[in-house]
Amino acid sequence: MSALIELRNIWVEYGDKIVLERVSLQLAEGSFVAVVGPSGAGKSTFLRLILGQEPPTRGQVLLGDMPMRAECGPDRGVVFQRYSVFPHLTTLRNVMFGIECGQAPFTARLFGAQRRAARDKAAEMLAAVGLEHSLDVYPAQMSGGMQQRLAIAQALVKHPRILLLDEPFGALDPGTRLDMHALITRLWQEHGLTILMVTHDIGEAFKLGTRVLAFDKRRHDPHAPHRFGATVTYDLSLDRKTLPPPALVEAVGDTDPRKEIA
Amino acid sequence: MTRLIDIRPGRGGRFLLGALPILALLFVYLLASEARHADNPADKVLPTFAAMAQAIHAFTTDRDPASDRVVIVADTIASLYRLGVGLAIATGTALILGLLLGVVPLARALLGPVVAVIAVIPPVAVLPILFIVLGLDEASKIALIAIGITPFMTRDLTSFVVSLPAEQFAKAQTLGANSWQLAIRVALPQLMPRLIAALRLSMGPAWVFLIAAEAVASDVGLGYRIFLVRRYFAMDIILPYVAWISLLAISSDALLLFASRRGFPWAHGAGR
Repeated sequence: MSALIELRNIWVEYGDKIVLERVSLQLAEGSFVAVVGPSGAGKSTFLRLILGQEPPTRGQVLLGDMPMRAECGPDRGVVFQRYSVFPHLTTLRNVMFGIECGQAPFTARLFGAQRRAARDKAAEMLAAVGLEHSLDVYPAQMSGGMQQRLAIAQALVKHPRILLLDEPFGALDPGTRLDMHALITRLWQEHGLTILMVTHDIGEAFKLGTRVLAFDKRRHDPHAPHRFGATVTYDLSLDRKTLPPPALVEAVGDTDPRKEIA
Repeated sequence: MTRLIDIRPGRGGRFLLGALPILALLFVYLLASEARHADNPADKVLPTFAAMAQAIHAFTTDRDPASDRVVIVADTIASLYRLGVGLAIATGTALILGLLLGVVPLARALLGPVVAVIAVIPPVAVLPILFIVLGLDEASKIALIAIGITPFMTRDLTSFVVSLPAEQFAKAQTLGANSWQLAIRVALPQLMPRLIAALRLSMGPAWVFLIAAEAVASDVGLGYRIFLVRRYFAMDIILPYVAWISLLAISSDALLLFASRRGFPWAHGAGR
Protein backbone atom coordinates (compact mmCIF):
# COMPACT_ATOMS: atom_id res chain seq x y z
CA MET A 1 0.00 0.00 0.00
CA SER A 2 1.21 3.51 -0.79
CA ALA A 3 1.72 6.10 1.91
CA LEU A 4 -1.00 8.74 1.83
CA ILE A 5 0.50 10.84 4.59
CA GLU A 6 4.05 10.90 5.74
CA LEU A 7 5.43 12.69 8.78
CA ARG A 8 9.17 13.32 8.86
CA ASN A 9 10.74 14.04 12.22
CA ILE A 10 7.92 16.23 13.50
CA TRP A 11 8.33 18.41 16.58
CA VAL A 12 5.54 20.55 18.02
CA GLU A 13 6.50 23.06 20.70
CA TYR A 14 4.53 25.79 22.45
CA GLY A 15 7.24 28.08 23.77
CA ASP A 16 9.19 25.96 26.26
CA LYS A 17 6.63 23.21 26.28
CA ILE A 18 7.40 20.33 23.97
CA VAL A 19 4.24 18.49 22.99
CA LEU A 20 5.43 16.11 20.28
CA GLU A 21 8.98 15.09 19.54
CA ARG A 22 10.56 13.02 16.79
CA VAL A 23 7.36 11.72 15.25
CA SER A 24 8.09 9.96 11.98
CA LEU A 25 5.53 7.69 10.43
CA GLN A 26 3.57 6.89 7.32
CA LEU A 27 -0.16 6.38 7.04
CA ALA A 28 -1.21 3.99 4.31
CA GLU A 29 -4.13 4.61 2.00
CA GLY A 30 -7.19 2.63 3.04
CA SER A 31 -6.04 2.06 6.60
CA PHE A 32 -8.04 2.75 9.75
CA VAL A 33 -5.53 4.20 12.18
CA ALA A 34 -6.59 4.58 15.79
CA VAL A 35 -4.57 6.86 18.06
CA VAL A 36 -4.61 6.27 21.80
CA GLY A 37 -2.70 7.64 24.74
CA PRO A 38 -3.17 9.30 28.11
CA SER A 39 -4.49 12.86 28.38
CA GLY A 40 -1.92 15.45 27.41
CA ALA A 41 0.11 13.07 25.27
CA GLY A 42 -0.42 15.11 22.14
CA LYS A 43 -3.06 12.93 20.45
CA SER A 44 -5.19 15.90 19.49
CA THR A 45 -2.14 17.95 18.52
CA PHE A 46 -1.19 15.12 16.18
CA LEU A 47 -4.66 15.21 14.62
CA ARG A 48 -4.63 19.01 14.29
CA LEU A 49 -1.24 18.75 12.64
CA ILE A 50 -2.59 16.48 9.91
CA LEU A 51 -5.77 18.56 9.70
CA GLY A 52 -3.58 21.60 9.06
CA GLN A 53 -4.96 23.58 12.01
CA GLU A 54 -1.45 24.07 13.30
CA PRO A 55 2.01 23.85 11.74
CA PRO A 56 4.83 21.67 13.07
CA THR A 57 7.64 23.58 14.80
CA ARG A 58 10.12 21.35 12.99
CA GLY A 59 9.76 18.60 10.44
CA GLN A 60 7.62 18.02 7.42
CA VAL A 61 4.16 16.69 6.69
CA LEU A 62 3.66 15.20 3.23
CA LEU A 63 0.25 14.51 1.76
CA GLY A 64 0.52 12.23 -1.27
CA ASP A 65 4.24 13.06 -1.62
CA MET A 66 3.55 16.82 -1.68
CA PRO A 67 4.46 19.06 1.31
CA MET A 68 1.23 19.98 3.05
CA ARG A 69 0.36 23.57 3.84
CA ALA A 70 -0.71 24.22 7.43
CA GLU A 71 -4.27 25.08 6.48
CA CYS A 72 -7.48 23.07 6.53
CA GLY A 73 -8.54 21.97 3.07
CA PRO A 74 -11.21 19.87 1.39
CA ASP A 75 -8.86 16.90 0.94
CA ARG A 76 -9.05 16.22 4.68
CA GLY A 77 -12.46 15.76 6.29
CA VAL A 78 -12.96 16.08 10.03
CA VAL A 79 -15.44 15.17 12.73
CA PHE A 80 -14.86 16.65 16.16
CA GLN A 81 -16.35 15.49 19.43
CA ARG A 82 -18.68 18.52 19.38
CA TYR A 83 -19.51 21.59 17.27
CA SER A 84 -18.93 19.78 13.99
CA VAL A 85 -22.27 20.74 12.47
CA PHE A 86 -23.73 24.17 11.76
CA PRO A 87 -26.56 24.91 14.19
CA HIS A 88 -28.28 27.37 11.83
CA LEU A 89 -28.71 24.90 8.99
CA THR A 90 -31.04 21.94 8.67
CA THR A 91 -29.59 18.47 8.22
CA LEU A 92 -29.93 18.63 4.45
CA ARG A 93 -28.45 22.14 4.20
CA ASN A 94 -25.57 21.09 6.45
CA VAL A 95 -24.59 18.39 3.97
CA MET A 96 -25.26 20.59 0.94
CA PHE A 97 -22.88 23.21 2.35
CA GLY A 98 -19.78 21.41 1.09
CA ILE A 99 -21.21 21.01 -2.42
CA GLU A 100 -22.36 24.64 -2.52
CA CYS A 101 -18.94 25.94 -1.45
CA GLY A 102 -17.27 23.95 -4.20
CA GLN A 103 -19.62 24.99 -7.00
CA ALA A 104 -20.55 28.57 -6.13
CA PRO A 105 -17.44 30.48 -5.02
CA PHE A 106 -19.18 33.82 -4.64
CA THR A 107 -22.76 33.19 -3.50
CA ALA A 108 -22.09 29.81 -1.83
CA ARG A 109 -25.64 28.96 -2.88
CA LEU A 110 -26.94 26.91 -5.79
CA PHE A 111 -30.08 27.38 -7.83
CA GLY A 112 -32.21 25.36 -10.21
CA ALA A 113 -30.92 22.06 -11.55
CA GLN A 114 -27.59 22.36 -9.73
CA ARG A 115 -29.44 22.84 -6.47
CA ARG A 116 -31.63 19.80 -7.08
CA ALA A 117 -28.57 17.72 -7.90
CA ALA A 118 -26.83 18.88 -4.72
CA ARG A 119 -29.98 18.13 -2.75
CA ASP A 120 -30.19 14.62 -4.14
CA LYS A 121 -26.55 13.95 -3.44
CA ALA A 122 -26.90 15.25 0.12
CA ALA A 123 -30.04 13.18 0.70
CA GLU A 124 -28.23 10.09 -0.59
CA MET A 125 -25.32 10.70 1.78
CA LEU A 126 -27.73 11.22 4.68
CA ALA A 127 -29.44 7.94 3.82
CA ALA A 128 -26.02 6.25 3.95
CA VAL A 129 -25.59 7.33 7.57
CA GLY A 130 -29.19 6.48 8.48
CA LEU A 131 -30.61 10.00 8.66
CA GLU A 132 -33.02 9.66 5.71
CA HIS A 133 -35.97 10.50 7.97
CA SER A 134 -34.46 13.69 9.45
CA LEU A 135 -33.71 15.84 6.43
CA ASP A 136 -35.34 19.06 7.60
CA VAL A 137 -34.52 19.25 11.30
CA TYR A 138 -32.00 21.50 12.99
CA PRO A 139 -29.05 19.98 14.89
CA ALA A 140 -30.42 21.23 18.21
CA GLN A 141 -33.41 18.93 17.73
CA MET A 142 -31.23 15.87 17.26
CA SER A 143 -29.51 13.52 19.71
CA GLY A 144 -25.72 13.47 20.04
CA GLY A 145 -25.48 10.29 17.96
CA MET A 146 -27.55 11.78 15.17
CA GLN A 147 -25.41 14.94 15.17
CA GLN A 148 -22.27 12.81 14.76
CA ARG A 149 -23.92 10.88 11.92
CA LEU A 150 -24.67 14.23 10.30
CA ALA A 151 -21.09 15.42 10.82
CA ILE A 152 -19.80 12.27 9.12
CA ALA A 153 -22.19 12.66 6.16
CA GLN A 154 -21.20 16.32 5.88
CA ALA A 155 -17.51 15.40 5.66
CA LEU A 156 -17.96 12.44 3.29
CA VAL A 157 -19.87 14.45 0.70
CA LYS A 158 -16.55 16.12 -0.20
CA HIS A 159 -14.85 12.70 -0.74
CA PRO A 160 -11.85 13.57 1.45
CA ARG A 161 -8.65 11.61 0.97
CA ILE A 162 -8.49 11.07 4.72
CA LEU A 163 -11.19 11.36 7.35
CA LEU A 164 -10.00 12.64 10.72
CA LEU A 165 -12.07 11.77 13.77
CA ASP A 166 -11.27 13.54 17.06
CA GLU A 167 -12.87 11.48 19.82
CA PRO A 168 -16.02 11.34 17.72
CA PHE A 169 -17.94 8.96 19.96
CA GLY A 170 -16.60 10.14 23.32
CA ALA A 171 -19.77 11.98 24.33
CA LEU A 172 -22.19 9.23 23.31
CA ASP A 173 -23.88 6.63 25.47
CA PRO A 174 -22.58 3.03 25.17
CA GLY A 175 -25.45 1.74 23.02
CA THR A 176 -25.23 4.62 20.56
CA ARG A 177 -21.47 4.18 20.48
CA LEU A 178 -21.85 0.56 19.33
CA ASP A 179 -24.20 1.67 16.55
CA MET A 180 -21.66 4.30 15.50
CA HIS A 181 -18.88 1.67 15.47
CA ALA A 182 -20.91 -0.42 13.06
CA LEU A 183 -21.69 2.65 10.93
CA ILE A 184 -18.11 3.89 10.65
CA THR A 185 -16.81 0.38 9.88
CA ARG A 186 -19.40 -0.01 7.12
CA LEU A 187 -18.65 3.43 5.63
CA TRP A 188 -14.91 2.74 5.80
CA GLN A 189 -15.36 -0.49 3.84
CA GLU A 190 -17.99 0.73 1.36
CA HIS A 191 -16.32 4.04 0.49
CA GLY A 192 -12.73 2.80 0.72
CA LEU A 193 -11.89 5.53 3.22
CA THR A 194 -8.66 6.27 5.00
CA ILE A 195 -9.46 7.09 8.60
CA LEU A 196 -7.42 8.52 11.46
CA MET A 197 -9.29 8.36 14.74
CA VAL A 198 -8.16 9.77 18.07
CA THR A 199 -9.84 8.10 21.01
CA HIS A 200 -9.59 7.73 24.77
CA ASP A 201 -11.16 4.32 24.57
CA ILE A 202 -8.49 1.70 23.97
CA GLY A 203 -11.12 -0.98 23.40
CA GLU A 204 -12.64 1.13 20.64
CA ALA A 205 -9.19 1.59 19.09
CA PHE A 206 -8.49 -2.13 18.97
CA LYS A 207 -12.00 -2.94 17.80
CA LEU A 208 -12.07 -0.52 14.86
CA GLY A 209 -8.48 0.08 13.80
CA THR A 210 -6.26 -1.77 11.38
CA ARG A 211 -3.38 -0.07 13.11
CA VAL A 212 -3.07 1.41 16.57
CA LEU A 213 -0.66 4.21 17.42
CA ALA A 214 -0.05 4.92 21.10
CA PHE A 215 1.36 8.31 22.07
CA ASP A 216 3.19 8.81 25.34
CA LYS A 217 6.32 10.38 26.77
CA ARG A 218 9.34 8.15 26.58
CA ARG A 219 11.31 10.28 29.01
CA HIS A 220 9.97 12.13 31.98
CA ASP A 221 11.65 14.77 34.12
CA PRO A 222 9.59 15.22 37.30
CA HIS A 223 11.11 18.67 37.86
CA ALA A 224 10.35 19.90 34.34
CA PRO A 225 7.34 17.98 33.05
CA HIS A 226 7.24 19.96 29.80
CA ARG A 227 10.88 19.30 28.97
CA PHE A 228 10.16 16.17 26.98
CA GLY A 229 7.47 15.68 24.38
CA ALA A 230 5.40 12.64 23.56
CA THR A 231 6.07 10.38 20.64
CA VAL A 232 4.77 7.11 19.24
CA THR A 233 5.47 4.46 21.85
CA TYR A 234 3.52 1.62 20.26
CA ASP A 235 2.78 1.12 16.59
CA LEU A 236 0.74 -2.04 16.20
CA SER A 237 -0.58 -3.45 12.96
CA LEU A 238 -3.70 -5.39 13.68
CA ASP A 239 -5.35 -8.31 12.22
CA ARG A 240 -8.54 -8.49 14.19
CA LYS A 241 -6.97 -10.86 16.74
CA THR A 242 -4.21 -8.68 18.16
CA LEU A 243 -4.75 -7.75 21.78
CA PRO A 244 -3.35 -4.62 23.38
CA PRO A 245 -0.16 -5.23 25.37
CA PRO A 246 -0.73 -4.99 29.16
CA ALA A 247 1.80 -2.17 29.49
CA LEU A 248 -0.19 -0.06 27.04
CA VAL A 249 -3.45 -0.74 28.85
CA GLU A 250 -1.81 0.43 32.03
CA ALA A 251 -0.34 3.54 30.40
CA VAL A 252 -3.66 4.68 28.96
CA GLY A 253 -5.31 3.92 32.27
CA ASP A 254 -8.41 2.32 30.88
CA THR A 255 -10.39 -0.74 31.90
CA ASP A 256 -8.87 -3.83 30.36
CA PRO A 257 -10.38 -4.02 26.87
CA ARG A 258 -9.11 -7.52 26.28
CA LYS A 259 -12.12 -8.90 28.08
CA GLU A 260 -14.40 -6.83 25.89
CA ILE A 261 -12.81 -7.97 22.65
CA ALA A 262 -12.17 -11.61 23.56
CA MET B 1 -43.57 21.99 52.91
CA THR B 2 -42.94 23.36 49.43
CA ARG B 3 -39.94 25.63 49.38
CA LEU B 4 -40.39 29.20 48.21
CA ILE B 5 -38.10 28.68 45.21
CA ASP B 6 -40.25 25.75 44.04
CA ILE B 7 -43.53 27.66 43.86
CA ARG B 8 -44.05 28.51 40.20
CA PRO B 9 -47.01 30.66 39.18
CA GLY B 10 -49.11 29.54 36.19
CA ARG B 11 -49.86 31.68 33.16
CA GLY B 12 -52.81 33.53 34.70
CA GLY B 13 -51.01 33.83 38.01
CA ARG B 14 -47.98 35.40 36.36
CA PHE B 15 -50.18 37.92 34.56
CA LEU B 16 -51.94 38.90 37.79
CA LEU B 17 -48.69 39.14 39.75
CA GLY B 18 -47.13 41.25 37.01
CA ALA B 19 -50.10 43.62 36.91
CA LEU B 20 -50.15 44.07 40.67
CA PRO B 21 -47.16 46.44 41.11
CA ILE B 22 -48.29 48.52 38.13
CA LEU B 23 -51.77 48.94 39.58
CA ALA B 24 -50.25 49.68 42.97
CA LEU B 25 -48.07 52.43 41.45
CA LEU B 26 -51.08 53.99 39.73
CA PHE B 27 -53.03 53.83 42.98
CA VAL B 28 -50.22 55.46 44.95
CA TYR B 29 -50.03 58.19 42.31
CA LEU B 30 -53.78 58.72 42.56
CA LEU B 31 -53.62 59.07 46.35
CA ALA B 32 -50.64 61.42 46.21
CA SER B 33 -52.27 63.53 43.51
CA GLU B 34 -55.52 63.76 45.49
CA ALA B 35 -53.65 64.75 48.61
CA ARG B 36 -51.74 67.50 46.85
CA HIS B 37 -54.87 68.85 45.18
CA ALA B 38 -56.72 68.88 48.50
CA ASP B 39 -53.89 71.08 49.76
CA ASN B 40 -53.58 73.27 46.66
CA PRO B 41 -56.21 72.96 43.88
CA ALA B 42 -53.80 74.60 41.38
CA ASP B 43 -51.04 72.00 41.93
CA LYS B 44 -49.11 71.20 38.73
CA VAL B 45 -46.57 68.65 39.96
CA LEU B 46 -48.90 65.66 40.20
CA PRO B 47 -51.80 66.39 37.82
CA THR B 48 -55.03 64.44 38.25
CA PHE B 49 -55.99 61.82 35.69
CA ALA B 50 -58.78 64.16 34.54
CA ALA B 51 -56.28 66.95 33.84
CA MET B 52 -54.06 64.51 31.95
CA ALA B 53 -57.03 63.32 29.88
CA GLN B 54 -57.70 66.92 28.96
CA ALA B 55 -54.07 67.46 27.94
CA ILE B 56 -54.10 64.24 25.92
CA HIS B 57 -57.22 65.43 24.14
CA ALA B 58 -55.47 68.70 23.35
CA PHE B 59 -52.28 67.26 21.88
CA THR B 60 -54.14 64.59 19.91
CA THR B 61 -56.44 67.14 18.22
CA ASP B 62 -54.48 70.42 18.05
CA ARG B 63 -52.28 70.87 15.03
CA ASP B 64 -48.61 71.71 14.97
CA PRO B 65 -48.38 75.04 13.09
CA ALA B 66 -45.20 74.09 11.22
CA SER B 67 -46.33 70.78 9.71
CA ASP B 68 -50.11 71.09 10.06
CA ARG B 69 -50.15 67.66 11.65
CA VAL B 70 -51.66 66.73 14.98
CA VAL B 71 -49.02 67.61 17.58
CA ILE B 72 -48.26 64.14 18.89
CA VAL B 73 -48.30 62.65 15.39
CA ALA B 74 -45.82 65.26 14.15
CA ASP B 75 -43.59 64.65 17.19
CA THR B 76 -43.77 60.87 16.86
CA ILE B 77 -43.01 60.87 13.14
CA ALA B 78 -40.06 63.21 13.58
CA SER B 79 -38.61 61.22 16.49
CA LEU B 80 -39.15 57.79 14.96
CA TYR B 81 -37.57 58.98 11.70
CA ARG B 82 -34.42 60.12 13.52
CA LEU B 83 -34.35 56.99 15.65
CA GLY B 84 -34.97 54.70 12.69
CA VAL B 85 -32.33 56.21 10.43
CA GLY B 86 -29.81 56.40 13.27
CA LEU B 87 -30.39 52.79 14.28
CA ALA B 88 -30.32 51.62 10.66
CA ILE B 89 -26.92 53.24 10.11
CA ALA B 90 -25.63 51.84 13.40
CA THR B 91 -26.96 48.35 12.73
CA GLY B 92 -25.61 48.20 9.18
CA THR B 93 -22.18 49.49 10.16
CA ALA B 94 -21.94 47.25 13.22
CA LEU B 95 -22.98 44.20 11.19
CA ILE B 96 -20.34 44.73 8.52
CA LEU B 97 -17.60 45.71 10.98
CA GLY B 98 -18.51 42.98 13.47
CA LEU B 99 -18.41 40.33 10.76
CA LEU B 100 -15.14 41.63 9.33
CA LEU B 101 -13.43 41.98 12.70
CA GLY B 102 -14.77 38.67 13.93
CA VAL B 103 -13.82 36.58 10.93
CA VAL B 104 -10.56 38.22 9.82
CA PRO B 105 -7.87 38.37 12.54
CA LEU B 106 -5.92 40.90 10.48
CA ALA B 107 -8.89 43.29 10.43
CA ARG B 108 -9.33 42.73 14.16
CA ALA B 109 -5.71 43.66 14.80
CA LEU B 110 -6.04 46.74 12.58
CA LEU B 111 -9.42 48.13 13.64
CA GLY B 112 -10.09 46.58 17.06
CA PRO B 113 -8.16 49.21 19.06
CA VAL B 114 -9.78 52.14 17.19
CA VAL B 115 -13.25 50.78 17.85
CA ALA B 116 -12.36 50.24 21.52
CA VAL B 117 -11.15 53.85 21.82
CA ILE B 118 -14.23 55.28 20.12
CA ALA B 119 -16.48 53.12 22.29
CA VAL B 120 -15.29 54.77 25.52
CA ILE B 121 -16.09 58.33 24.36
CA PRO B 122 -19.35 59.44 26.01
CA PRO B 123 -21.52 60.15 22.93
CA VAL B 124 -23.39 63.12 24.42
CA ALA B 125 -20.01 64.80 24.97
CA VAL B 126 -19.48 64.95 21.21
CA LEU B 127 -22.95 66.40 20.59
CA PRO B 128 -21.60 70.00 20.41
CA ILE B 129 -19.05 68.84 17.83
CA LEU B 130 -21.85 67.28 15.80
CA PHE B 131 -23.90 70.47 15.99
CA ILE B 132 -20.92 72.53 14.83
CA VAL B 133 -19.93 70.14 12.04
CA LEU B 134 -23.32 68.96 10.84
CA GLY B 135 -25.52 71.90 11.77
CA LEU B 136 -28.67 71.84 13.86
CA ASP B 137 -30.76 69.80 11.40
CA GLU B 138 -31.61 66.14 11.33
CA ALA B 139 -28.08 65.02 10.44
CA SER B 140 -26.57 65.84 13.83
CA LYS B 141 -29.32 64.04 15.76
CA ILE B 142 -29.08 60.95 13.56
CA ALA B 143 -25.29 61.06 13.83
CA LEU B 144 -25.46 61.16 17.63
CA ILE B 145 -27.60 58.01 17.72
CA ALA B 146 -25.39 56.23 15.20
CA ILE B 147 -22.15 57.23 16.93
CA GLY B 148 -23.54 56.33 20.33
CA ILE B 149 -24.67 52.85 19.35
CA THR B 150 -22.26 51.61 16.66
CA PRO B 151 -19.04 51.05 18.66
CA PHE B 152 -20.73 49.08 21.41
CA MET B 153 -22.70 46.99 18.92
CA THR B 154 -19.57 46.38 16.84
CA ARG B 155 -17.67 45.14 19.86
CA ASP B 156 -20.52 42.91 20.93
CA LEU B 157 -20.90 41.36 17.48
CA THR B 158 -17.14 40.95 17.04
CA SER B 159 -16.76 39.10 20.31
CA PHE B 160 -19.74 36.92 19.39
CA VAL B 161 -18.16 35.86 16.09
CA VAL B 162 -14.83 35.28 17.81
CA SER B 163 -16.53 33.06 20.37
CA LEU B 164 -18.09 30.80 17.75
CA PRO B 165 -16.47 27.36 18.18
CA ALA B 166 -13.16 27.07 16.28
CA GLU B 167 -14.34 23.60 15.26
CA GLN B 168 -17.00 25.18 13.04
CA PHE B 169 -14.44 27.27 11.20
CA ALA B 170 -12.11 24.29 10.76
CA LYS B 171 -15.02 22.17 9.57
CA ALA B 172 -16.14 24.79 7.06
CA GLN B 173 -12.63 24.97 5.66
CA THR B 174 -12.44 21.19 5.28
CA LEU B 175 -15.71 21.48 3.35
CA GLY B 176 -13.96 23.79 0.90
CA ALA B 177 -15.22 27.15 2.14
CA ASN B 178 -13.04 30.19 1.36
CA SER B 179 -12.91 33.23 3.66
CA TRP B 180 -15.85 34.94 1.95
CA GLN B 181 -18.04 31.83 1.95
CA LEU B 182 -17.17 31.24 5.58
CA ALA B 183 -18.17 34.80 6.48
CA ILE B 184 -21.50 34.81 4.66
CA ARG B 185 -22.59 31.21 5.20
CA VAL B 186 -21.23 30.32 8.65
CA ALA B 187 -20.66 33.53 10.61
CA LEU B 188 -23.30 35.89 9.18
CA PRO B 189 -26.40 33.70 9.68
CA GLN B 190 -25.39 32.89 13.24
CA LEU B 191 -24.71 36.57 13.85
CA MET B 192 -28.20 37.70 12.80
CA PRO B 193 -30.10 36.73 15.98
CA ARG B 194 -27.29 38.26 18.01
CA LEU B 195 -27.63 41.44 15.94
CA ILE B 196 -31.31 41.65 16.83
CA ALA B 197 -30.49 41.04 20.49
CA ALA B 198 -27.85 43.79 20.37
CA LEU B 199 -30.34 46.10 18.68
CA ARG B 200 -32.93 45.42 21.39
CA LEU B 201 -30.35 46.27 24.04
CA SER B 202 -29.28 49.48 22.31
CA MET B 203 -32.84 50.80 22.00
CA GLY B 204 -32.58 52.23 25.51
CA PRO B 205 -29.40 54.27 24.89
CA ALA B 206 -30.74 55.26 21.44
CA TRP B 207 -33.78 56.89 23.04
CA VAL B 208 -31.53 58.69 25.52
CA PHE B 209 -29.40 60.12 22.70
CA LEU B 210 -32.47 61.06 20.69
CA ILE B 211 -34.13 62.92 23.52
CA ALA B 212 -30.87 64.61 24.49
CA ALA B 213 -30.34 65.86 20.94
CA GLU B 214 -33.95 66.98 20.60
CA ALA B 215 -33.85 68.77 23.94
CA VAL B 216 -30.85 70.83 22.89
CA ALA B 217 -31.82 71.90 19.38
CA SER B 218 -35.02 70.98 17.60
CA ASP B 219 -38.43 72.32 16.66
CA VAL B 220 -40.37 69.10 16.61
CA GLY B 221 -40.07 65.68 18.29
CA LEU B 222 -41.07 63.86 21.44
CA GLY B 223 -38.01 64.98 23.38
CA TYR B 224 -38.39 68.55 22.13
CA ARG B 225 -42.03 68.66 23.30
CA ILE B 226 -41.21 67.39 26.78
CA PHE B 227 -38.45 69.93 27.26
CA LEU B 228 -40.61 72.70 25.75
CA VAL B 229 -43.56 72.24 28.09
CA ARG B 230 -41.23 71.72 31.07
CA ARG B 231 -40.96 75.54 31.14
CA TYR B 232 -44.66 75.70 32.10
CA PHE B 233 -44.49 72.81 34.61
CA ALA B 234 -46.90 71.02 32.24
CA MET B 235 -46.69 67.66 33.98
CA ASP B 236 -50.10 66.84 32.49
CA ILE B 237 -48.38 66.72 29.07
CA ILE B 238 -44.99 65.34 30.15
CA LEU B 239 -46.37 62.27 31.91
CA PRO B 240 -48.54 61.05 28.99
CA TYR B 241 -45.61 61.74 26.63
CA VAL B 242 -43.32 59.63 28.79
CA ALA B 243 -45.94 56.89 28.83
CA TRP B 244 -46.22 57.09 25.03
CA ILE B 245 -42.44 56.83 24.64
CA SER B 246 -42.44 53.78 26.92
CA LEU B 247 -45.20 52.22 24.84
CA LEU B 248 -43.23 52.82 21.63
CA ALA B 249 -40.15 51.30 23.21
CA ILE B 250 -42.00 48.23 24.49
CA SER B 251 -43.71 47.58 21.17
CA SER B 252 -40.51 47.93 19.14
CA ASP B 253 -38.80 45.52 21.54
CA ALA B 254 -41.65 43.02 21.18
CA LEU B 255 -41.54 43.41 17.40
CA LEU B 256 -37.80 42.69 17.28
CA LEU B 257 -38.20 39.63 19.51
CA PHE B 258 -41.01 38.38 17.29
CA ALA B 259 -38.91 38.92 14.16
CA SER B 260 -35.98 37.04 15.70
CA ARG B 261 -38.18 34.08 16.69
CA ARG B 262 -39.80 33.93 13.26
CA GLY B 263 -36.63 34.47 11.26
CA PHE B 264 -34.20 32.34 13.27
CA PRO B 265 -36.10 29.48 14.92
CA TRP B 266 -32.87 27.50 15.38
CA ALA B 267 -31.56 30.22 17.70
CA HIS B 268 -34.61 29.97 19.97
CA GLY B 269 -34.58 26.26 20.77
CA ALA B 270 -35.57 25.32 17.20
CA GLY B 271 -39.23 24.78 17.92
CA ARG B 272 -38.63 22.10 20.51
